[in-house]
Amino acid sequence: MLAWTIYTSFIGVVVLMLLPRDAARAARWVALFTAIAGCALAFAGAILQARQTNLGDVTPIAQAAWIPALGATYYLAADGISLVLVVLTGLAAVAGILFSWNIEKRTKEFFAFYLVLIGGVYGVFLSFDVLLLFVFYELTIIPKYFLIARWGSTRKEYGAMKLALYSFVGSHLVLIGLVATWVVARAQTGHATLNLQLLSQINFPAGFQHWVFPLVFVGFAILAGLWPFHTWAPTGHVAAPTAGSMLLAGVVMKLGAYGCLRVAMVLFPEGAREWQGVIAALAVIGIIYGAGVALVQRDFKFVIGYSSVSHMGFVLLGLATLNAIGLCGAVLQMFSHGIIAGLLFAVVGRMVYDRTHTRDLHDLERLNLGKVLPFAGVTFVIAGVASMGLPGFSGFVAEFQILIGAWKVFPITAVLTGLGIILGVAYTLRAVQMAFYSDTPPPAPHSPEAHSLPPITLPERAGAVLLIAASLVVGLFPTLLMNWIEPCLKSPLFARLLNGGPQ
Amino acid sequence: MNSGDYFDLLRCAAPEAIVTLTVLVVLGADLSILRGKSLAARFQVGGALSVLGCLSAAAFAFTRHESFDLLNGMIVVDPLTDFVKVAILLLTVFTILISTAGKFTDHVGEYLSLILLGTIGLLFLVSAGDLLMIFVSLELASLTLYILTAFNKRNARSSEAALKYFLFGGMSAAFLLFGFSLLYGVSGSTNLIEIARHLPGKGLDPLLLVALVMTIIGFGFKVAAVPFHLWAPDAYEGAPTPSSAFIAAGSKVASFFILAKILSVGFAGIEGSAVWHGYVAGWTPVVAVVAALSMVLGNLTAIVQSSVKRLLAYSAIAHAGYMLLGVLSNTADSRSALMFYVITYGLTVVGAFGVVTVVEAATGGDALQNFAGLSRRSPALSLCLLVFLLSLAGIPPLAGFIGKFFLFSATVAADERNLGLLWLVILAIAMSAVSFYYYLRVLKQAYVEDAPADAPAIQIPALTLFALVLLAALVVLLGCAPTLLTQFLLPR
Repeated sequence: MLAWTIYTSFIGVVVLMLLPRDAARAARWVALFTAIAGCALAFAGAILQARQTNLGDVTPIAQAAWIPALGATYYLAADGISLVLVVLTGLAAVAGILFSWNIEKRTKEFFAFYLVLIGGVYGVFLSFDVLLLFVFYELTIIPKYFLIARWGSTRKEYGAMKLALYSFVGSHLVLIGLVATWVVARAQTGHATLNLQLLSQINFPAGFQHWVFPLVFVGFAILAGLWPFHTWAPTGHVAAPTAGSMLLAGVVMKLGAYGCLRVAMVLFPEGAREWQGVIAALAVIGIIYGAGVALVQRDFKFVIGYSSVSHMGFVLLGLATLNAIGLCGAVLQMFSHGIIAGLLFAVVGRMVYDRTHTRDLHDLERLNLGKVLPFAGVTFVIAGVASMGLPGFSGFVAEFQILIGAWKVFPITAVLTGLGIILGVAYTLRAVQMAFYSDTPPPAPHSPEAHSLPPITLPERAGAVLLIAASLVVGLFPTLLMNWIEPCLKSPLFARLLNGGPQ
Repeated sequence: MNSGDYFDLLRCAAPEAIVTLTVLVVLGADLSILRGKSLAARFQVGGALSVLGCLSAAAFAFTRHESFDLLNGMIVVDPLTDFVKVAILLLTVFTILISTAGKFTDHVGEYLSLILLGTIGLLFLVSAGDLLMIFVSLELASLTLYILTAFNKRNARSSEAALKYFLFGGMSAAFLLFGFSLLYGVSGSTNLIEIARHLPGKGLDPLLLVALVMTIIGFGFKVAAVPFHLWAPDAYEGAPTPSSAFIAAGSKVASFFILAKILSVGFAGIEGSAVWHGYVAGWTPVVAVVAALSMVLGNLTAIVQSSVKRLLAYSAIAHAGYMLLGVLSNTADSRSALMFYVITYGLTVVGAFGVVTVVEAATGGDALQNFAGLSRRSPALSLCLLVFLLSLAGIPPLAGFIGKFFLFSATVAADERNLGLLWLVILAIAMSAVSFYYYLRVLKQAYVEDAPADAPAIQIPALTLFALVLLAALVVLLGCAPTLLTQFLLPR
């Protein structure tokens, strides 16, 4: 059933392409229906698998011969970690479409690219063949580019090209590692394979892991916003249309983190241990740097863009801990940030910018948005406190676990990260205050500005409620997802990473 | 079988013979029954005849499963060469299909028959196992390519390009012939296998070195590898677009096939080694240097091009660089990866030039701006362009990506203990990341920029559209299911 999340998305693309040229309404409904179908399939498939199997095991979904000469198979499978991210993708996809209901320009093409992106993302999370994973991973680059370059704002072509080139360079680093790994594995075992489970049982020579791990890890981590390769993220997020930013921050950055965990760390555990300290250091720099820069931005969307870098730093720090609690936190943080960042971008891009046509915080101060658009204000406050890591929301559980994990290996990083959290509170409150609840005298009550803003529409409300609910549910019942993640970390796939070396 | 009676000769060379007959039929038809008809009608009927001829030749080659070695290596036929011939014939078919909309010439019969003659040269080249035969068939193909380049008589640049191509080509033919004669002098034979038998023990004596370098220069010119590439951008740009497609596709397939054969069979024993920190003099290091230069220069120069045909020319140089990796790795795997890469590259590049032909006809030029708003003016055409260019850039799941993966993994696997050739692969992958930028520039015009306000929708001739859609479908299909092609290329 889970495999149909991928197929449904691509069927949606085909249907969209067959629609007449200017059928904007139909295109929206087709896209929404496809996304909801995908989301429903994701949920149903995940729950069913959680009931029927041990989530620590990798449960095959689809398997077929593909390229025997390379040992590549069309192998889709899922374990608990995949399920968490597949569910996240389903939610983000639906919310993104609800928040792009107002796209009027070439609607059909917009949603076609959007669904290709979604299909590719599902594919990455469900692939257990490295080549297949790579195929889906690169498949997401092209729609990202066109979504931003065509439907974006603010230096969109620059942002789009930068994002595309960074992604492509990153994936090519991975490709080098992949080719080398394939050759070494074949030389060592005598037969060619690209199956992730089989590859993970091979003990690659330490010298090989020493250079191939950073190659593959950094290749994926570029997309996860690893400092200093994060610079595509703020510009890309700002340039993207609302749904684009939501997906970029919500799921695409997770692709990078997922690749780091699933491919780089699982295949090269010794390399991971060797480079653990470096990654942790870069992650902490990312957390503090992202938060610090977010604190001084004038552009509302840049605040959120840099906050994404900061939050993804937590994910990478969690990965760098190399202990079960840290990794569990990292996966939870992927989910949590996917939801919350989506919500933040939705407020900034759709609710505020599409109405006021400015994102300059100093201009927004004068608009008194808290009164004019109360729903936007409340949503942003909720998203903001969730993003700060207030208990009760998903972010708290995730970041707390990452901090515990980090404390166990590098106490100093935990302390520094605490500083990052304080900065996070600061920039969020600053944004809330300046954008929605400023003290500056409101414009004269009858000024055109204050009253010409169209009210928040139903799709926007639906999207916001969906995302807030998701964050709350996970925040209040974190065990829902932790029960999916934790068995995976005890599985043979992670055995060498977590137990093999000195703890 | 080494007798050489005429019946054997006919059986061996049947595909070539069928195409030769087709040439006569096409010429005859154009001069008799098609006389006075409209240009479009002449192109359609003549094209249909040529396609029919090529397809029957291909069908013949595809269905015979025999091996011959006629007249001591003059014509060597085995299932692999037959399959390569099928590929070349199909590329010719596609080239003809995209030319049928052309308005660059009135001499339809001559144009089509020249393409077919060139194809015959390429077919013989694939079968050649003897230096003389290699040279003669290479020249047959090259001469027709020079004329095809000059075929747009209304355009001075076409003539200029052809002259440049011809002068460079003549020079390289001289180099090649000189190299071959030295090779004959050293080994006492013109047959590749016997040459290899006589070489061992001689080591790399100076004479042999000169022969080797001359041979590589000659072929470096044919495949447009740096530093022998200077003709390529001008020829691609000046030639009528379908001719450029023919130069880039069919002729590349045959040239690379025979280059790999000469080097791996004829120069067996003096391979040398191009591995990092393990350099040994021989032909692989020479090819490695040429490959590296081609990849770097081709990709970096393509970035600044504003004409799409020139951009494709520089990208062709870069792709020649990748393909040379398959030659220098010199394993059975790498040769089949090479053939996969060249054939899929041929399909892709014919498609790309096909799109350029249509855009040129509709907008009057091939500059980047001429592609602006293509996705609105013709969604089908721009979707095809998207597929072709992304395949050239190596984006999965298109054929170009799988080709690259085959090629690079085979290259690294050639020295799997020390990964000694990894440096070339790293260079190739880095450069292919660069190439993404310039392909994306074209696609940006098509999908992001708006068309000029009064631009009408683009009309595509049905036959061309059919060919382009079929090519795009093939590129996707071979990317998703490469075994459809690899099963014929596996080493046997």
